[in-house]
Amino acid sequence: MKGMNGLRRYHWMVGILLLALLLTGCKTGHEFIKGTEFKDDDKIVVVFAGPVEETWATNVSNFSAYEKPDPDIKLQITEATLGPDQTTLTVTFGAPLNQGEAHILTMTNIISEGQDMGSVTVTVQKLYFGVLMTVLLGAALIQNFVFTKYLGLCVFFGTSQRRDTAIGMGVVFTIVIVFAAMMAWALYQFVLKPYQLTFLNIVVFIGLVSLSVQGVDTILRKVNPTLFKAFGVYLVLVIANCIAIAVPLMLADNEYNGWESLMLALGAGVGFLLALFLMACVRERLELANVPPSFRGLPIAFVTAGLFALAFLGFSGLSIY
Amino acid sequence: MSTTTKSYGQLFMDGILKENPIFKLALSMCPAVGISTSVMNGILLGTAVLFVQVFSSCTISLVRNYIHPKIRIPTYTLTIATWVTVIDLVLAAYVPVAYKAMGMFVRLIVAFAIITMRLEMFACKEPLGKSFVDGVGMGLGFMVGMVTLGVVRELLGSGELLGYDILGFQPLLFFILPSAGFFVVGLMMGFFNWIEVKYNRRKEG
Repeated sequence: MKGMNGLRRYHWMVGILLLALLLTGCKTGHEFIKGTEFKDDDKIVVVFAGPVEETWATNVSNFSAYEKPDPDIKLQITEATLGPDQTTLTVTFGAPLNQGEAHILTMTNIISEGQDMGSVTVTVQKLYFGVLMTVLLGAALIQNFVFTKYLGLCVFFGTSQRRDTAIGMGVVFTIVIVFAAMMAWALYQFVLKPYQLTFLNIVVFIGLVSLSVQGVDTILRKVNPTLFKAFGVYLVLVIANCIAIAVPLMLADNEYNGWESLMLALGAGVGFLLALFLMACVRERLELANVPPSFRGLPIAFVTAGLFALAFLGFSGLSIY
Repeated sequence: MSTTTKSYGQLFMDGILKENPIFKLALSMCPAVGISTSVMNGILLGTAVLFVQVFSSCTISLVRNYIHPKIRIPTYTLTIATWVTVIDLVLAAYVPVAYKAMGMFVRLIVAFAIITMRLEMFACKEPLGKSFVDGVGMGLGFMVGMVTLGVVRELLGSGELLGYDILGFQPLLFFILPSAGFFVVGLMMGFFNWIEVKYNRRKEG
């Protein structure tokens, strides 16, 4: 009950976090452009604040677009049409767009009611909340670290024998990985990258992981001794888990920002917890089954994990946002 | 100074057979499942692990009398991380294609339990020569494990070895599918257990 009260106290923090997320998702960067979004596979829709000239809007040469990571590769635009209200412009591309990436669309000399509004460059991307959810779900289910990336297997097979062990390990791992990933992100973006020390990534990140394990150990011991008694033993195992070092390396490789890093770490933790729990449920039942003697223990656990891996392949087409 | 009575030859063979990191100790399973799809991957990652294991063992063995026992684990970790950075940069520069195929696993050598375990159990107590031999044995043991898996998966999955066509047809695509790694490792472990049981029974009877 005490724990529940503690949670309630932090509700306002969650609220502020969500609000901040929504606010960052809604800006387009220019006052004359009300909104931009992807439509179908190969279209971008731009909504203007006022009516624009039809002759300007249907001239394809007024527009150019590229994917944010590759400014040199201009995307081919085949058609531009203006809606009946003269404020919605639909730009059609020659090939389907990779909507996971942000696209930069440049519109030269926008003509509105006979007036030249100048050139505008807008960034088109999915709603930021959607991007974050994609990262979270991707790390937890679609690219599950255990079953589709094959990481952290030593700890996975070591702690999935009992259900309570599995939950303990999963929860502790999630806490530590979120800590470590946030520190790794800050250190990478503000120290390692600006000073071109990225070759030190491995050394710094492994140090950070050990540090956060020690930090969580100390804090938990002081703040909640009962929780520490239950979960403390798993803390040491976190260092031996390759996911703990893979997450910082991934967020550095992909240049994730703070929110995306948080979601990646959360997804990795939740995915690991889910994998452990599922596996523990099966292994508890396997103990009652009549397994051939030479397959008892690890071999049959591996075969079970293989079946889970096949099942997790089913998530590969999943996309909600 | 030395506490082990084993000869150099014994130390070397132990790493490959009796204490094989993959099949006997069941440590560092991630690459064994993840990228054992071809012999080439096994050889490359095996070389990387061999390099890191040998150099970390030697480094720790050299400075073993100066490490304070309380900070020995962080010392091991940082030593390993340094050597992993070296091999990571070298591989990325000289074999970029194969390096990409191995993904993150080269950098993840830093978290392989096998290397830390050897440093803790062996290199921090033994002189340079024995640590070197032990490192080579363990590294080769890992490489042998990876290559064995690679041979089974590549031969049964695509009928090739090291990219050369051996069988002339594709027996079972299943074996090179990513998720088949779990099955192959599980089946091979079961197979080795079975051989061991048979062998022991024959010795008794």
